[in-house]
Amino acid sequence: MSLLSEQLGNSQFVVTAEIAPPKGTDLSEALAAVEKLTGITAVNVTDNQGANMRLSSLALAARLQQQGTETVLQLTCRDRNRMALQSDLLGAASFGIENLLLLSGDHSKFGDHPDSRPVFDLDSVQLLDMTAGLMAGTDMAGKFLDGVPEFFPGAAVNPAAEPFELMFQKVAKKVDSGARFFQTQSVFDRETLERFMLAMQPLQVPVIAGVLLIRSARMARFLNDNIPGVQVPETLVQRLDSAEKPLTEGVKIAREAVAWARELCQGVHLMTLGHEDEIPEILA
Amino acid sequence: MIISELKPFEELQQALADFDKLFIVGCAACATACKSGGEDEVFKFQEWLNEQGKDATGSVIIDEACHIARAARDLRHHKTALQDADALVVLACGSGIQSISSNVDKRVVGGLNSMFLGNVRRFGQYEEMCSLCGDCILNETAGICPVTTCAKGLLNGPCGGMEDGHCEIDAEIECAWSLIYERLKSQQRQGVFARRVPPKNWSRRIQPGRYRLKDGER
Ligand code: SF4
Ligand code: SF4
Repeated sequence: MSLLSEQLGNSQFVVTAEIAPPKGTDLSEALAAVEKLTGITAVNVTDNQGANMRLSSLALAARLQQQGTETVLQLTCRDRNRMALQSDLLGAASFGIENLLLLSGDHSKFGDHPDSRPVFDLDSVQLLDMTAGLMAGTDMAGKFLDGVPEFFPGAAVNPAAEPFELMFQKVAKKVDSGARFFQTQSVFDRETLERFMLAMQPLQVPVIAGVLLIRSARMARFLNDNIPGVQVPETLVQRLDSAEKPLTEGVKIAREAVAWARELCQGVHLMTLGHEDEIPEILA
Repeated sequence: MIISELKPFEELQQALADFDKLFIVGCAACATACKSGGEDEVFKFQEWLNEQGKDATGSVIIDEACHIARAARDLRHHKTALQDADALVVLACGSGIQSISSNVDKRVVGGLNSMFLGNVRRFGQYEEMCSLCGDCILNETAGICPVTTCAKGLLNGPCGGMEDGHCEIDAEIECAWSLIYERLKSQQRQGVFARRVPPKNWSRRIQPGRYRLKDGER
């Protein structure tokens, strides 16, 4: 059983962080960044995040897992058809990777290979269903597996999405399809999180709230214009704009979000994008 | 109908570099309707050829260029002009171009890029609403196709990139799932939201598609 599933099962407040594989084969920076992480249950390894081609998330996650770091393997439907997804999941299990974050994936239009053909053979609900099938010992063709994987499948959600009811029906489908935890898109205001957690209550699935460290007003504006599903409210942009030390203000904003999560959720997922050394401050 | 557009002139200049005398083929169906290969366009193309110092030996607008036998019949009426030509230029969709290329021994140059099966929003404005998946889900989705009009072809609801009911790849476009949701709600039914939609059966859409009416149906 993974540490993440154990801690969530015991209603412990969990902290996850995330790391992006390098563009290239030099793992030293990524490994050093993971080295610096303290007080963390598991680290998410992103999968061609933002549709930018990088070293495979499975390769880095396998490496980390083998050196004793618990990972959450992110897997998107954008770059693989159902056969490749199943193979990669079996491969992941063979390296002892249990925690999964199963995603549709950002459209390739946003990344550095906009000319590529996006796959989306499955969507995230179908990917969860398929994973449940593998855990029950059969592949999508109904064939029996020789050696059955053990996973702790998670899914993503954007609690701020509108229409809320429409977004939430998919959350419910994901739970039906075996999502055992949720990691959310970055949350920027308390009411949004509250509304979402209220709706989640009957489903009884732990929620790990996404907290993003925003370094500057410029970064906030960039996110608003370029990253699907991320909308930093104008009040926060103003705060960063007028702060003497924007990074310190960013840490403060993140710390506020962590406080809401401690009150309302089962954990936080910290997205610090290279500023992993600020994590103790954010959690303070 | 099939939406197509004229290839860039530089590309056409290169494709036609080796030929001086050309026979032009247009199509009276889709390419006429979307103004890429009708009478007007064939005429303009002929003028352009002249500007390039080339000759048109003749031209024909085929009823439906995708109809292989009809294309053959129409071409037969232009024997001499065809004989005089070094090559044919076809202003029709990719299907039309191939009807022609399978009917003549001469080189065939395609003049258009074919884009999608399109609906006409208003004159000159086309939108793709169906991508011919072979297993239609419209009856459950209030007549709005997620396979085509969702940028990711998702079948179980919106992705995390939806913002205020708009699509992550283009803020001008409404999210297909938001439209489906609104219309089902106004019809007071659950439709596709009542179940988890299983993965699509893409074997219904094996390439190349082939279909034959059964004897009694012909
Ligand atoms: S589901 Fe969409 S793509 Fe498939 S046949 Fe119906 S309209 Fe066309
Ligand atoms: S925003 Fe809606 S239409 Fe656009 S890709 Fe996501 S689900 Fe599809």
